[in-house]
Amino acid sequence: MSAARVRGLPPMTAKLAAGLLIGGFVVLFGLLGPLVVQDPSRVDDIGLTGPGSGHWLGTTQTGQDVLAQLAYATRGSLTVGAIVGVLTLLLSAFFGIVGAYAGGWVDEAFSLFTNVMLVIPGLPLVIVISSYVPDKSLLLVSLVLSLTGWAGSARVLRGYTLSLRNRDYVLASRVAGERRWRILGVEILPNLIPLLASQVVFAVIFAILGEAGLSYLGLGASGSFTWGTMLYYAQNGLALRLGAWWWFIPPGLLLALFGAALSLVNFSIDEIINPKLRNQTRAARRGWRMSRAQLEKAKEATL
Amino acid sequence: MTTVEARGLGKRYRKFVAVDDVSFTLEPGRTTALVGQSGSGKSTIAKLLLQLERPTSGQILVDGEPVARRGAAAAAYRRTVQMVFQDPYASLNPFHSVGHHLERPVRLHHRELTGPQVRERVLHLLERVRLTPAEEVARRRPHELSGGQRQRVAIARALAPEPGILIADEPVSMLDVSIRLGVLNLLADLQREEQLAVLYITHDLATARHFSDDILVMYQGRIVERGPADDVIINPRHEYTKLLAEAAPNPERRIKNLQP
Repeated sequence: MSAARVRGLPPMTAKLAAGLLIGGFVVLFGLLGPLVVQDPSRVDDIGLTGPGSGHWLGTTQTGQDVLAQLAYATRGSLTVGAIVGVLTLLLSAFFGIVGAYAGGWVDEAFSLFTNVMLVIPGLPLVIVISSYVPDKSLLLVSLVLSLTGWAGSARVLRGYTLSLRNRDYVLASRVAGERRWRILGVEILPNLIPLLASQVVFAVIFAILGEAGLSYLGLGASGSFTWGTMLYYAQNGLALRLGAWWWFIPPGLLLALFGAALSLVNFSIDEIINPKLRNQTRAARRGWRMSRAQLEKAKEATL
Repeated sequence: MTTVEARGLGKRYRKFVAVDDVSFTLEPGRTTALVGQSGSGKSTIAKLLLQLERPTSGQILVDGEPVARRGAAAAAYRRTVQMVFQDPYASLNPFHSVGHHLERPVRLHHRELTGPQVRERVLHLLERVRLTPAEEVARRRPHELSGGQRQRVAIARALAPEPGILIADEPVSMLDVSIRLGVLNLLADLQREEQLAVLYITHDLATARHFSDDILVMYQGRIVERGPADDVIINPRHEYTKLLAEAAPNPERRIKNLQP
Protein backbone atom coordinates (compact mmCIF):
# COMPACT_ATOMS: atom_id res chain seq x y z
CA MET A 1 0.00 0.00 0.00
CA SER A 2 1.54 3.29 -1.11
CA ALA A 3 2.02 6.29 1.14
CA ALA A 4 -0.55 8.33 -0.78
CA ARG A 5 -3.34 5.85 -0.08
CA VAL A 6 -2.51 5.67 3.58
CA ARG A 7 -2.68 9.42 4.02
CA GLY A 8 -6.12 9.44 2.44
CA LEU A 9 -5.20 11.17 -0.81
CA PRO A 10 -7.09 9.97 -3.85
CA PRO A 11 -5.15 7.63 -6.13
CA MET A 12 -3.84 9.38 -9.25
CA THR A 13 -6.25 8.08 -11.88
CA ALA A 14 -6.60 9.35 -15.42
CA LYS A 15 -9.78 11.09 -14.31
CA LEU A 16 -8.11 12.97 -11.51
CA ALA A 17 -5.06 13.83 -13.60
CA ALA A 18 -7.21 15.24 -16.41
CA GLY A 19 -9.31 17.23 -13.96
CA LEU A 20 -6.31 18.69 -12.18
CA LEU A 21 -4.56 19.50 -15.45
CA ILE A 22 -7.49 21.35 -17.05
CA GLY A 23 -8.44 23.03 -13.78
CA GLY A 24 -4.83 24.03 -13.18
CA PHE A 25 -4.56 25.64 -16.63
CA VAL A 26 -7.73 27.66 -16.12
CA VAL A 27 -6.63 28.79 -12.66
CA LEU A 28 -3.18 29.76 -13.96
CA PHE A 29 -4.77 31.72 -16.79
CA GLY A 30 -7.00 33.52 -14.32
CA LEU A 31 -4.08 34.32 -12.02
CA LEU A 32 -1.43 35.34 -14.55
CA GLY A 33 -3.53 36.39 -17.56
CA PRO A 34 -4.64 39.78 -16.23
CA LEU A 35 -1.00 40.71 -15.59
CA VAL A 36 0.03 40.49 -19.23
CA VAL A 37 -3.01 41.48 -21.29
CA GLN A 38 -4.12 45.01 -22.15
CA ASP A 39 -6.90 46.92 -20.40
CA PRO A 40 -10.08 44.90 -21.07
CA SER A 41 -12.27 48.03 -21.18
CA ARG A 42 -10.17 49.99 -23.68
CA VAL A 43 -12.33 50.91 -26.63
CA ASP A 44 -10.87 50.86 -30.11
CA ASP A 45 -12.37 52.14 -33.33
CA ILE A 46 -11.68 48.91 -35.25
CA GLY A 47 -15.06 47.55 -34.15
CA LEU A 48 -15.93 43.87 -34.39
CA THR A 49 -12.95 42.06 -35.88
CA GLY A 50 -12.08 38.39 -35.95
CA PRO A 51 -8.99 36.81 -34.43
CA GLY A 52 -5.76 37.98 -35.97
CA SER A 53 -2.48 39.67 -35.22
CA GLY A 54 -2.74 42.23 -32.44
CA HIS A 55 -5.94 40.71 -31.08
CA TRP A 56 -5.50 36.94 -30.79
CA LEU A 57 -9.12 36.34 -29.98
CA GLY A 58 -10.50 39.26 -31.94
CA THR A 59 -12.42 42.20 -30.54
CA THR A 60 -15.93 42.97 -29.41
CA GLN A 61 -18.35 45.33 -31.07
CA THR A 62 -16.67 48.30 -29.41
CA GLY A 63 -13.18 47.09 -30.26
CA GLN A 64 -12.31 45.72 -26.81
CA ASP A 65 -9.80 42.88 -26.80
CA VAL A 66 -11.60 39.55 -26.16
CA LEU A 67 -8.48 37.86 -24.79
CA ALA A 68 -8.01 40.60 -22.21
CA GLN A 69 -11.65 40.39 -21.25
CA LEU A 70 -11.38 36.62 -21.02
CA ALA A 71 -8.41 36.83 -18.66
CA TYR A 72 -10.18 39.27 -16.34
CA ALA A 73 -13.43 37.28 -16.60
CA THR A 74 -11.62 34.09 -15.61
CA ARG A 75 -10.23 35.86 -12.57
CA GLY A 76 -13.68 37.21 -11.69
CA SER A 77 -15.43 33.87 -12.01
CA LEU A 78 -12.73 32.06 -10.04
CA THR A 79 -12.95 34.70 -7.30
CA VAL A 80 -16.67 34.06 -6.98
CA GLY A 81 -15.99 30.31 -6.90
CA ALA A 82 -13.31 30.68 -4.22
CA ILE A 83 -15.36 32.96 -1.95
CA VAL A 84 -18.44 30.78 -2.22
CA GLY A 85 -16.35 27.63 -1.69
CA VAL A 86 -14.86 28.95 1.55
CA LEU A 87 -18.14 30.38 2.87
CA THR A 88 -20.04 27.20 2.03
CA LEU A 89 -17.40 25.14 3.78
CA LEU A 90 -17.63 27.24 6.94
CA LEU A 91 -21.42 27.52 7.00
CA SER A 92 -22.17 23.90 6.15
CA ALA A 93 -19.51 22.57 8.52
CA PHE A 94 -20.81 24.70 11.35
CA PHE A 95 -24.50 23.98 10.90
CA GLY A 96 -24.11 20.40 9.71
CA ILE A 97 -21.26 18.93 11.77
CA VAL A 98 -21.50 20.93 14.99
CA GLY A 99 -25.28 20.58 15.09
CA ALA A 100 -25.23 16.84 14.55
CA TYR A 101 -22.43 16.35 17.05
CA ALA A 102 -24.01 18.48 19.77
CA GLY A 103 -27.37 16.74 19.38
CA GLY A 104 -30.49 17.65 21.33
CA TRP A 105 -32.13 21.02 20.81
CA VAL A 106 -29.03 22.47 19.13
CA ASP A 107 -29.34 19.84 16.41
CA GLU A 108 -33.08 20.46 16.15
CA ALA A 109 -32.60 24.22 15.79
CA PHE A 110 -29.70 23.98 13.32
CA SER A 111 -31.53 21.37 11.30
CA LEU A 112 -34.67 23.52 11.13
CA PHE A 113 -32.61 26.53 10.07
CA THR A 114 -30.84 24.45 7.41
CA ASN A 115 -34.15 23.23 6.03
CA VAL A 116 -35.50 26.78 5.87
CA MET A 117 -32.38 27.95 4.03
CA LEU A 118 -32.63 24.99 1.70
CA VAL A 119 -35.95 26.08 0.29
CA ILE A 120 -35.08 29.78 -0.16
CA PRO A 121 -34.72 30.09 -3.92
CA GLY A 122 -31.54 31.86 -5.00
CA LEU A 123 -32.72 33.60 -8.14
CA PRO A 124 -35.71 35.50 -6.71
CA LEU A 125 -33.58 36.47 -3.69
CA VAL A 126 -30.96 37.99 -5.96
CA ILE A 127 -33.62 39.81 -7.97
CA VAL A 128 -35.01 41.26 -4.74
CA ILE A 129 -31.55 42.25 -3.55
CA SER A 130 -30.63 43.78 -6.90
CA SER A 131 -33.69 45.99 -6.76
CA TYR A 132 -32.53 47.34 -3.40
CA VAL A 133 -28.79 47.58 -4.09
CA PRO A 134 -28.08 49.47 -7.28
CA ASP A 135 -24.35 48.86 -7.22
CA LYS A 136 -23.70 45.18 -6.59
CA SER A 137 -20.12 44.09 -6.05
CA LEU A 138 -18.70 40.66 -6.83
CA LEU A 139 -18.54 40.04 -3.09
CA LEU A 140 -22.25 40.69 -2.63
CA VAL A 141 -23.16 38.28 -5.42
CA SER A 142 -20.86 35.66 -3.88
CA LEU A 143 -22.45 36.22 -0.46
CA VAL A 144 -25.93 35.69 -1.85
CA LEU A 145 -24.84 32.59 -3.75
CA SER A 146 -23.23 31.05 -0.67
CA LEU A 147 -26.19 31.94 1.55
CA THR A 148 -28.53 30.11 -0.80
CA GLY A 149 -26.11 27.27 -1.53
CA TRP A 150 -24.72 25.94 1.74
CA ALA A 151 -27.80 24.20 3.06
CA GLY A 152 -27.60 21.13 0.84
CA SER A 153 -24.03 20.40 1.93
CA ALA A 154 -24.96 20.95 5.55
CA ARG A 155 -27.60 18.25 5.32
CA VAL A 156 -25.22 15.78 3.74
CA LEU A 157 -22.61 16.51 6.41
CA ARG A 158 -25.19 16.24 9.19
CA GLY A 159 -26.27 12.82 8.04
CA TYR A 160 -22.72 11.54 7.91
CA THR A 161 -21.75 13.08 11.24
CA LEU A 162 -24.78 11.49 12.88
CA SER A 163 -23.49 8.12 11.78
CA LEU A 164 -19.90 8.89 12.83
CA ARG A 165 -20.69 10.18 16.30
CA ASN A 166 -22.07 6.83 17.40
CA ARG A 167 -19.22 4.76 16.01
CA ASP A 168 -17.45 2.65 18.58
CA TYR A 169 -14.19 4.54 18.24
CA VAL A 170 -15.90 7.77 19.22
CA LEU A 171 -17.44 6.07 22.24
CA ALA A 172 -14.03 4.60 23.02
CA SER A 173 -12.42 8.02 23.10
CA ARG A 174 -15.22 9.25 25.36
CA VAL A 175 -14.49 6.32 27.65
CA ALA A 176 -10.81 7.26 27.53
CA GLY A 177 -11.80 10.68 28.85
CA GLU A 178 -11.25 12.87 25.78
CA ARG A 179 -12.84 16.30 25.83
CA ARG A 180 -15.83 16.83 23.57
CA TRP A 181 -14.23 19.39 21.24
CA ARG A 182 -11.16 17.19 20.85
CA ILE A 183 -13.29 14.21 19.89
CA LEU A 184 -14.95 16.35 17.23
CA GLY A 185 -11.70 17.82 15.92
CA VAL A 186 -9.38 14.83 16.10
CA GLU A 187 -11.56 11.73 15.92
CA ILE A 188 -14.53 12.80 13.77
CA LEU A 189 -13.36 15.64 11.50
CA PRO A 190 -10.50 13.77 9.75
CA ASN A 191 -12.98 11.11 8.67
CA LEU A 192 -15.16 13.83 7.15
CA ILE A 193 -12.38 15.37 5.01
CA PRO A 194 -13.19 13.51 1.76
CA LEU A 195 -16.85 14.44 2.12
CA LEU A 196 -15.99 18.07 2.91
CA ALA A 197 -13.66 18.25 -0.08
CA SER A 198 -16.29 16.90 -2.44
CA GLN A 199 -18.91 19.28 -1.05
CA VAL A 200 -16.59 22.26 -1.53
CA VAL A 201 -15.74 21.30 -5.09
CA PHE A 202 -19.43 20.92 -5.79
CA ALA A 203 -20.12 24.31 -4.21
CA VAL A 204 -17.47 25.96 -6.41
CA ILE A 205 -19.02 24.50 -9.58
CA PHE A 206 -22.45 25.57 -8.41
CA ALA A 207 -21.24 29.09 -7.62
CA ILE A 208 -19.47 29.66 -10.93
CA LEU A 209 -22.39 28.34 -12.95
CA GLY A 210 -24.86 30.23 -10.77
CA GLU A 211 -22.96 33.48 -11.14
CA ALA A 212 -22.76 32.97 -14.89
CA GLY A 213 -26.50 32.41 -14.99
CA LEU A 214 -27.22 35.55 -12.96
CA SER A 215 -24.85 37.68 -15.02
CA TYR A 216 -26.31 36.37 -18.23
CA LEU A 217 -29.70 37.55 -17.04
CA GLY A 218 -28.17 40.93 -16.24
CA LEU A 219 -28.46 40.39 -12.47
CA GLY A 220 -24.74 39.92 -11.81
CA ALA A 221 -22.17 42.18 -10.28
CA SER A 222 -22.02 45.55 -11.95
CA GLY A 223 -18.78 46.78 -13.49
CA SER A 224 -16.83 43.54 -13.18
CA PHE A 225 -15.78 40.87 -15.64
CA THR A 226 -16.92 37.27 -15.33
CA TRP A 227 -17.64 34.58 -17.89
CA GLY A 228 -21.31 35.32 -17.36
CA THR A 229 -21.00 39.06 -18.09
CA MET A 230 -19.00 38.32 -21.23
CA LEU A 231 -21.79 36.07 -22.46
CA TYR A 232 -24.32 38.73 -21.49
CA TYR A 233 -22.56 41.43 -23.54
CA ALA A 234 -22.04 39.03 -26.42
CA GLN A 235 -25.76 38.28 -26.39
CA ASN A 236 -26.59 42.01 -26.23
CA GLY A 237 -24.14 42.72 -29.04
CA LEU A 238 -25.89 40.16 -31.26
CA ALA A 239 -22.66 38.16 -31.48
CA LEU A 240 -24.48 35.04 -32.60
CA ARG A 241 -26.37 36.75 -35.42
CA LEU A 242 -23.24 38.56 -36.60
CA GLY A 243 -21.30 35.28 -36.59
CA ALA A 244 -18.78 36.61 -34.05
CA TRP A 245 -17.98 33.18 -32.63
CA TRP A 246 -14.73 34.47 -31.06
CA TRP A 247 -16.79 36.57 -28.69
CA PHE A 248 -19.01 33.95 -27.06
CA ILE A 249 -17.21 30.66 -27.60
CA PRO A 250 -14.12 31.36 -25.42
CA PRO A 251 -16.02 32.22 -22.22
CA GLY A 252 -18.54 29.45 -22.82
CA LEU A 253 -15.79 26.95 -23.49
CA LEU A 254 -13.80 27.91 -20.39
CA LEU A 255 -16.98 27.69 -18.29
CA ALA A 256 -17.68 24.20 -19.58
CA LEU A 257 -14.05 23.09 -19.29
CA PHE A 258 -13.65 24.31 -15.72
CA GLY A 259 -16.95 22.75 -14.67
CA ALA A 260 -15.91 19.47 -16.26
CA ALA A 261 -12.47 19.61 -14.61
CA LEU A 262 -13.95 20.13 -11.14
CA SER A 263 -16.48 17.36 -11.76
CA LEU A 264 -13.66 14.99 -12.68
CA VAL A 265 -11.85 15.89 -9.44
CA ASN A 266 -15.09 15.36 -7.57
CA PHE A 267 -15.59 11.91 -9.08
CA SER A 268 -12.15 10.91 -7.84
CA ILE A 269 -12.97 12.12 -4.34
CA ASP A 270 -16.28 10.29 -4.45
CA GLU A 271 -14.41 7.10 -5.18
CA ILE A 272 -12.64 7.39 -1.82
CA ILE A 273 -15.88 7.86 0.05
CA ASN A 274 -17.59 5.07 -1.83
CA PRO A 275 -15.05 2.51 -3.08
CA LYS A 276 -17.83 0.64 -4.87
CA LEU A 277 -17.84 3.36 -7.52
CA ARG A 278 -14.27 2.43 -8.38
CA ASN A 279 -15.29 -0.96 -9.84
CA GLN A 280 -18.17 0.47 -11.78
CA THR A 281 -16.19 2.40 -14.35
CA ARG A 282 -16.11 1.02 -17.84
CA ALA A 283 -12.35 0.51 -17.62
CA ALA A 284 -12.75 -1.68 -14.54
CA ARG A 285 -15.54 -3.67 -16.11
CA ARG A 286 -13.41 -4.39 -19.14
CA GLY A 287 -11.09 -6.26 -16.78
CA TRP A 288 -13.86 -8.71 -15.96
CA ARG A 289 -14.18 -9.89 -19.55
CA MET A 290 -12.90 -13.28 -20.54
CA SER A 291 -9.63 -13.33 -22.40
CA ARG A 292 -9.57 -14.59 -25.97
CA ALA A 293 -8.18 -17.94 -24.85
CA GLN A 294 -10.86 -18.34 -22.20
CA LEU A 295 -13.53 -17.48 -24.76
CA GLU A 296 -12.22 -20.13 -27.14
CA LYS A 297 -12.30 -22.69 -24.37
CA ALA A 298 -15.82 -21.76 -23.35
CA LYS A 299 -16.97 -22.05 -26.95
CA GLU A 300 -15.40 -25.46 -27.31
CA ALA A 301 -17.01 -26.61 -24.11
CA THR A 302 -20.48 -25.70 -25.38
CA LEU A 303 -20.02 -27.37 -28.77
CA MET B 1 -7.83 -1.96 43.98
CA THR B 2 -11.31 -0.76 43.29
CA THR B 3 -14.69 -2.24 43.86
CA VAL B 4 -17.63 -1.10 41.79
CA GLU B 5 -21.13 -1.82 42.91
CA ALA B 6 -24.35 -1.42 40.97
CA ARG B 7 -27.31 -0.97 43.27
CA GLY B 8 -30.84 -1.29 41.93
CA LEU B 9 -29.73 -0.06 38.52
CA GLY B 10 -32.50 0.67 36.02
CA LYS B 11 -32.71 2.22 32.58
CA ARG B 12 -35.83 2.89 30.60
CA TYR B 13 -36.06 4.44 27.14
CA ARG B 14 -39.49 6.09 27.20
CA LYS B 15 -41.76 3.11 27.90
CA PHE B 16 -39.24 0.40 27.11
CA VAL B 17 -37.49 -0.99 30.16
CA ALA B 18 -33.96 -2.00 29.10
CA VAL B 19 -32.56 -2.72 32.54
CA ASP B 20 -34.68 -3.30 35.62
CA ASP B 21 -33.40 -3.30 39.20
CA VAL B 22 -30.00 -4.87 38.62
CA SER B 23 -27.53 -5.16 41.48
CA PHE B 24 -24.07 -6.70 41.46
CA THR B 25 -20.56 -6.08 42.68
CA LEU B 26 -17.32 -6.23 40.71
CA GLU B 27 -14.37 -7.09 42.95
CA PRO B 28 -10.64 -6.97 42.22
CA GLY B 29 -9.27 -10.24 40.88
CA ARG B 30 -12.69 -11.69 40.10
CA THR B 31 -14.30 -12.17 36.72
CA THR B 32 -18.04 -11.87 36.54
CA ALA B 33 -19.77 -13.09 33.42
CA LEU B 34 -22.96 -11.42 32.29
CA VAL B 35 -24.85 -13.87 30.11
CA GLY B 36 -28.03 -13.29 28.17
CA GLN B 37 -29.58 -13.18 24.75
CA SER B 38 -29.42 -10.24 22.39
CA GLY B 39 -31.52 -7.35 23.65
CA SER B 40 -31.57 -8.58 27.23
CA GLY B 41 -29.83 -5.43 28.46
CA LYS B 42 -26.24 -6.62 28.72
CA SER B 43 -24.75 -3.83 26.66
CA THR B 44 -26.95 -1.23 28.36
CA ILE B 45 -25.40 -2.25 31.67
CA ALA B 46 -21.96 -1.72 30.13
CA LYS B 47 -22.99 1.74 28.94
CA LEU B 48 -24.39 2.62 32.34
CA LEU B 49 -21.19 1.53 34.07
CA LEU B 50 -19.13 3.56 31.60
CA GLN B 51 -21.29 6.65 32.13
CA LEU B 52 -22.17 6.74 28.46
CA GLU B 53 -25.81 6.59 29.53
CA ARG B 54 -27.48 7.93 32.67
CA PRO B 55 -29.36 5.41 34.79
CA THR B 56 -33.03 6.25 35.34
CA SER B 57 -33.00 4.60 38.75
CA GLY B 58 -30.50 3.16 41.17
CA GLN B 59 -26.88 4.15 41.47
CA ILE B 60 -23.31 3.11 40.84
CA LEU B 61 -20.91 3.12 43.79
CA VAL B 62 -17.13 3.13 43.63
CA ASP B 63 -15.61 1.87 46.88
CA GLY B 64 -18.92 2.75 48.57
CA GLU B 65 -19.06 6.30 47.19
CA PRO B 66 -21.64 7.35 44.56
CA VAL B 67 -20.13 8.20 41.19
CA ALA B 68 -19.64 11.86 40.29
CA ARG B 69 -20.76 13.02 36.88
CA ARG B 70 -18.46 16.04 36.61
CA GLY B 71 -15.11 17.38 37.68
CA ALA B 72 -12.02 15.63 38.97
CA ALA B 73 -13.95 12.75 40.51
CA ALA B 74 -15.58 11.98 37.16
CA ALA B 75 -12.15 11.97 35.49
CA ALA B 76 -10.88 9.60 38.16
CA TYR B 77 -13.84 7.33 37.46
CA ARG B 78 -12.96 7.35 33.74
CA ARG B 79 -9.54 6.05 34.69
CA THR B 80 -11.03 3.36 36.91
CA VAL B 81 -13.47 1.79 34.48
CA GLN B 82 -12.39 0.89 30.97
CA MET B 83 -13.92 -1.14 28.20
CA VAL B 84 -13.04 -3.46 25.36
CA PHE B 85 -15.64 -3.10 22.63
CA GLN B 86 -17.27 -5.90 20.72
CA ASP B 87 -16.29 -5.04 17.19
CA PRO B 88 -12.56 -4.41 16.67
CA TYR B 89 -13.30 -3.23 13.13
CA ALA B 90 -15.40 -0.35 14.46
CA SER B 91 -13.66 0.53 17.70
CA LEU B 92 -10.44 1.83 16.13
CA ASN B 93 -10.43 5.09 14.19
CA PRO B 94 -9.40 4.30 10.59
CA PHE B 95 -7.69 7.67 10.28
CA HIS B 96 -5.23 7.28 13.16
CA SER B 97 -2.25 5.04 13.77
CA VAL B 98 -2.20 2.37 16.46
CA GLY B 99 0.23 4.53 18.41
CA HIS B 100 -2.26 7.40 18.53
CA HIS B 101 -4.95 5.14 20.00
CA LEU B 102 -2.70 4.24 22.92
CA GLU B 103 -0.97 7.58 23.36
CA ARG B 104 -4.13 9.54 24.03
CA PRO B 105 -5.38 7.63 27.09
CA VAL B 106 -1.83 7.48 28.49
CA ARG B 107 -1.46 11.24 28.10
CA LEU B 108 -4.92 12.00 29.44
CA HIS B 109 -4.49 10.05 32.61
CA HIS B 110 -0.80 10.62 33.26
CA ARG B 111 -0.30 14.28 32.48
CA GLU B 112 3.06 14.36 34.23
CA LEU B 113 4.73 12.11 31.65
CA THR B 114 7.07 13.56 29.03
CA GLY B 115 6.94 12.65 25.34
CA PRO B 116 9.56 9.89 25.42
CA GLN B 117 8.04 8.42 28.58
CA VAL B 118 4.62 8.26 26.92
CA ARG B 119 6.21 6.61 23.91
CA GLU B 120 7.91 4.05 26.09
CA ARG B 121 4.67 3.26 27.85
CA VAL B 122 2.84 2.82 24.54
CA LEU B 123 5.45 0.35 23.33
CA HIS B 124 5.31 -1.47 26.66
CA LEU B 125 1.53 -1.77 26.37
CA LEU B 126 1.84 -3.23 22.88
CA GLU B 127 4.34 -5.77 24.13
CA ARG B 128 2.05 -6.73 26.96
CA VAL B 129 -0.71 -7.64 24.52
CA ARG B 130 1.90 -9.59 22.50
CA LEU B 131 1.97 -7.25 19.53
CA THR B 132 5.61 -7.26 18.50
CA PRO B 133 7.68 -5.64 17.13
CA ALA B 134 5.94 -2.88 19.05
CA GLU B 135 7.62 0.01 17.20
CA GLU B 136 6.37 -1.23 13.87
CA VAL B 137 2.86 -2.02 15.08
CA ALA B 138 2.55 1.46 16.63
CA ARG B 139 3.20 3.00 13.22
CA ARG B 140 0.53 0.96 11.47
CA ARG B 141 -3.06 1.93 10.82
CA PRO B 142 -5.98 -0.26 11.93
CA HIS B 143 -6.78 -1.47 8.40
CA GLU B 144 -3.34 -3.04 8.18
CA LEU B 145 -4.06 -5.33 11.14
CA SER B 146 -6.12 -8.50 11.42
CA GLY B 147 -9.21 -8.72 13.61
CA GLY B 148 -7.34 -10.41 16.42
CA GLN B 149 -4.53 -7.87 16.31
CA ARG B 150 -7.05 -5.03 16.36
CA GLN B 151 -8.76 -6.50 19.40
CA ARG B 152 -5.37 -6.70 21.12
CA VAL B 153 -4.87 -3.01 20.37
CA ALA B 154 -8.30 -2.34 21.87
CA ILE B 155 -7.31 -4.30 24.98
CA ALA B 156 -4.06 -2.33 25.23
CA ARG B 157 -6.03 0.90 24.93
CA ALA B 158 -8.34 -0.16 27.74
CA LEU B 159 -5.32 -0.96 29.92
CA ALA B 160 -3.55 2.33 29.13
CA PRO B 161 -5.13 4.37 31.98
CA GLU B 162 -4.32 1.50 34.40
CA PRO B 163 -7.94 0.81 35.30
CA GLY B 164 -9.26 -1.26 38.18
CA ILE B 165 -12.35 -2.45 36.34
CA LEU B 166 -12.41 -3.83 32.82
CA ILE B 167 -15.64 -4.33 30.93
CA ALA B 168 -15.34 -6.70 27.99
CA ASP B 169 -18.47 -6.56 25.82
CA GLU B 170 -18.45 -9.78 23.79
CA PRO B 171 -14.75 -9.26 23.07
CA VAL B 172 -14.37 -12.28 20.82
CA SER B 173 -17.72 -12.62 19.09
CA MET B 174 -16.48 -10.81 15.96
CA LEU B 175 -13.23 -12.76 15.77
CA ASP B 176 -12.26 -15.93 13.98
CA VAL B 177 -12.99 -19.02 16.03
CA SER B 178 -9.33 -20.00 15.80
CA ILE B 179 -8.05 -16.91 17.61
CA ARG B 180 -10.82 -16.48 20.17
CA LEU B 181 -9.11 -18.57 22.79
CA GLY B 182 -5.86 -16.64 22.40
CA VAL B 183 -7.57 -13.30 23.04
CA LEU B 184 -9.52 -14.70 26.00
CA ASN B 185 -6.38 -16.20 27.52
CA LEU B 186 -4.62 -12.88 27.09
CA LEU B 187 -7.45 -11.14 28.93
CA ALA B 188 -7.28 -13.71 31.71
CA ASP B 189 -3.49 -13.32 32.05
CA LEU B 190 -3.72 -9.55 32.20
CA GLN B 191 -6.47 -9.79 34.76
CA ARG B 192 -4.35 -12.00 36.99
CA GLU B 193 -1.31 -9.72 36.65
CA GLU B 194 -3.23 -6.53 37.42
CA GLN B 195 -5.80 -7.94 39.83
CA LEU B 196 -8.53 -6.42 37.63
CA ALA B 197 -12.20 -6.77 38.25
CA VAL B 198 -13.59 -7.96 34.93
CA LEU B 199 -17.17 -7.89 33.70
CA TYR B 200 -17.26 -10.36 30.83
CA ILE B 201 -20.37 -9.84 28.74
CA THR B 202 -21.16 -12.77 26.47
CA HIS B 203 -23.77 -15.20 25.31
CA ASP B 204 -21.34 -18.07 25.14
CA LEU B 205 -21.90 -20.19 28.25
CA ALA B 206 -18.85 -22.36 27.66
CA THR B 207 -16.33 -19.50 27.78
CA ALA B 208 -18.31 -17.84 30.58
CA ARG B 209 -17.90 -20.98 32.68
CA HIS B 210 -14.24 -21.37 31.80
CA PHE B 211 -13.09 -17.82 32.36
CA SER B 212 -15.28 -16.44 35.12
CA ASP B 213 -15.83 -16.94 38.81
CA ASP B 214 -19.44 -15.83 38.92
CA ILE B 215 -22.18 -15.83 36.35
CA LEU B 216 -25.13 -13.48 36.15
CA VAL B 217 -27.88 -14.53 33.76
CA MET B 218 -29.97 -11.75 32.31
CA TYR B 219 -33.35 -12.13 30.74
CA GLN B 220 -35.46 -9.19 29.55
CA GLY B 221 -33.60 -6.63 31.59
CA ARG B 222 -33.55 -8.56 34.86
CA ILE B 223 -30.99 -10.79 36.45
CA VAL B 224 -32.80 -14.09 36.70
CA GLU B 225 -30.03 -16.22 38.07
CA ARG B 226 -26.67 -15.69 39.74
CA GLY B 227 -24.03 -17.68 41.48
CA PRO B 228 -20.63 -19.34 41.12
CA ALA B 229 -19.95 -20.31 37.52
CA ASP B 230 -20.08 -24.09 37.86
CA ASP B 231 -23.27 -24.00 39.93
CA VAL B 232 -25.14 -21.95 37.41
CA ILE B 233 -24.12 -24.18 34.52
CA ILE B 234 -24.53 -27.56 36.18
CA ASN B 235 -27.68 -26.84 38.17
CA PRO B 236 -29.56 -24.19 36.23
CA ARG B 237 -32.73 -23.20 38.02
CA HIS B 238 -34.32 -20.61 35.76
CA GLU B 239 -36.03 -21.75 32.57
CA TYR B 240 -33.92 -19.46 30.40
CA THR B 241 -30.64 -20.69 31.88
CA LYS B 242 -31.72 -24.27 31.25
CA LEU B 243 -32.46 -23.35 27.65
CA LEU B 244 -29.03 -21.76 27.30
CA ALA B 245 -27.29 -24.77 28.80
CA GLU B 246 -29.24 -27.08 26.47
CA ALA B 247 -28.32 -25.02 23.45
CA ALA B 248 -24.59 -25.16 24.14
CA PRO B 249 -22.91 -28.02 22.28
CA ASN B 250 -22.10 -30.82 24.68
CA PRO B 251 -19.91 -33.53 23.16
CA GLU B 252 -20.33 -35.92 26.10
CA ARG B 253 -24.10 -35.89 25.86
CA ARG B 254 -23.89 -36.31 22.12
CA ILE B 255 -21.62 -39.32 22.36
CA LYS B 256 -23.88 -40.83 24.98
CA ASN B 257 -26.83 -40.45 22.63
CA LEU B 258 -24.93 -42.05 19.77
CA GLN B 259 -23.95 -45.15 21.69
CA PRO B 260 -27.07 -47.16 22.46
